[in-house]
Amino acid sequence: MSIKVLTPGLLTSIQDLGRYGYQKYGVIVSDAMDSHSLRLANILVGNEEGEGVLEISLMGPTLQMEQDILLAITGGDLSPIIDGKPVPMWRPVYLQKGSILQFGPCRSGCRSYLAVAGGYDIPSVMDSASTYLRAGIGGFQGRALQVGDVLPVKNLQEQSLHLLEQLAKKAMHHSFASTSWSIGRSHIPKDPQHIMIRVTEGNQFDHFTVASKKEFLNSPFQVTVQSDRMGYRLSGPTIKLAQPLEMISEAVALGTVQVPPDGNPIILLADRQSVGGYPKIAQVAMVDVATVAQTKPGDKIWFTTISLEETERLYCARQQAIEDLRIAIGLKIGK
Amino acid sequence: MKALTQYLDCYSLPGMLEYVSAYSSVTVFYDPSEIRKLQIERVEGTKESSFQILSTLLKEIISKLGTGAMRTSRIVEIPACYGGDFGPDLAYVAEHNRLSMEQVVEIHTSGQYLVYMIGFAPRFPFLGGMSEVISTPRRQSPRMSIPPGSVGIAGMQTGVYPIATPGGWQLIGRTPLQLFRPTDNPPTLLQSGDIIRFVPISDQEYEAYKGEIQ
Repeated sequence: MSIKVLTPGLLTSIQDLGRYGYQKYGVIVSDAMDSHSLRLANILVGNEEGEGVLEISLMGPTLQMEQDILLAITGGDLSPIIDGKPVPMWRPVYLQKGSILQFGPCRSGCRSYLAVAGGYDIPSVMDSASTYLRAGIGGFQGRALQVGDVLPVKNLQEQSLHLLEQLAKKAMHHSFASTSWSIGRSHIPKDPQHIMIRVTEGNQFDHFTVASKKEFLNSPFQVTVQSDRMGYRLSGPTIKLAQPLEMISEAVALGTVQVPPDGNPIILLADRQSVGGYPKIAQVAMVDVATVAQTKPGDKIWFTTISLEETERLYCARQQAIEDLRIAIGLKIGK
Repeated sequence: MKALTQYLDCYSLPGMLEYVSAYSSVTVFYDPSEIRKLQIERVEGTKESSFQILSTLLKEIISKLGTGAMRTSRIVEIPACYGGDFGPDLAYVAEHNRLSMEQVVEIHTSGQYLVYMIGFAPRFPFLGGMSEVISTPRRQSPRMSIPPGSVGIAGMQTGVYPIATPGGWQLIGRTPLQLFRPTDNPPTLLQSGDIIRFVPISDQEYEAYKGEIQ
């Protein structure tokens, strides 16, 4: 039961919902950049929503199925294909043993999530399957995938097996087949021209100049090439403090926007450090972190403020929507 | 700070994912949707954000840590008579979890519960630490009135109704103790941070307790 890596792509690693409870010991969370897509990918194949999946960035890998596989691809559209035919995303797909999954140009977003039914059979490190790349722990041997890697896959649960068999029949002599249903459009992130990121004011918001606060909320910021799983560096108007501020380091969070002395904001993401000492101008609403994570260098984003109550309300509504989807998909696949 | 982190190491707060302590701060990461679940039983009216609820709870904990009162949590024993008229949903809870009624009582009384917070419905104690094995969803439709002292289960939580109120929790028993004491200061038997244990009693013992109290 396995998948063979023929080419690894730019950066393909196993990630899950992260390693919580260890930041007090300095071990970072390192979850999936777009955990919303990760959860949906897992739900589609009948897994627990926090199962480890492949996070595929910008240029996808080439993967050979060494057995019949049931999988789902969500997140950014990196043009998945088999035998030159596009593989539909946001739905369960059966792949025949021997078939080769490839990826093409990046059509939307920049990160795809590939969940296999059963999940990847890798040891959990500190309760998580996530790869902490800098520390070389978790995931598949603590690193991104390389040529020749063989990813073991766990046995399928009964309902996933049932769905796999159904789709195998549908595939006939073709190398893959997918369900006729998929996740509804309302759950699939759009690729807007103006990417608006909702934020709440950061702890040190009022320490910035009036002009900088205004510019922060009224100007586009460009995602620079110095952006990775740890954080996105932005370029735009220089954000200045009203007066120098010596801060004592304190905790930072997923989506914290900090501003180092050079005035270029950094959005902290999945592989963020646990504490930081730069002033924080804003905090990205949890529901918009995935949107940030799907932007790529060159994309422009805007910030707009909302209240803490609103960010909580959006978060709870998102949780509820996922829960409703989980139930609906569970019924579809007979879980 | 040390006292607070020690406290958080022992007792997780509702919805808490983890905490990070730095030089002069402790940051608690939480899941608002988990806290929102606790709010369902609240009386109508006041609308606090999850942030406010958790902040209030943390402030309370910190103020007690300062006085040293929190270092050793108070353990309060709550006698409860399970099943029968006092616990009309005990059979359902047992059936739902494929256990016998005796097993449900045994599991419920063997746990230690931390009083997370007192509030919402007047003086309603939110208790953390119930075994998953006996978790049961709320009733399809809530009862119009639940007698005070009723011990209930809702999802992963357990609690005691301090006053007669409508509610949707699964009722498994009742305590003769009076939780809400309007003339006392503080007006409640339980305080956040207390550890409580349920002690099973018989119908006769229940009546005896009741007599003693009055």
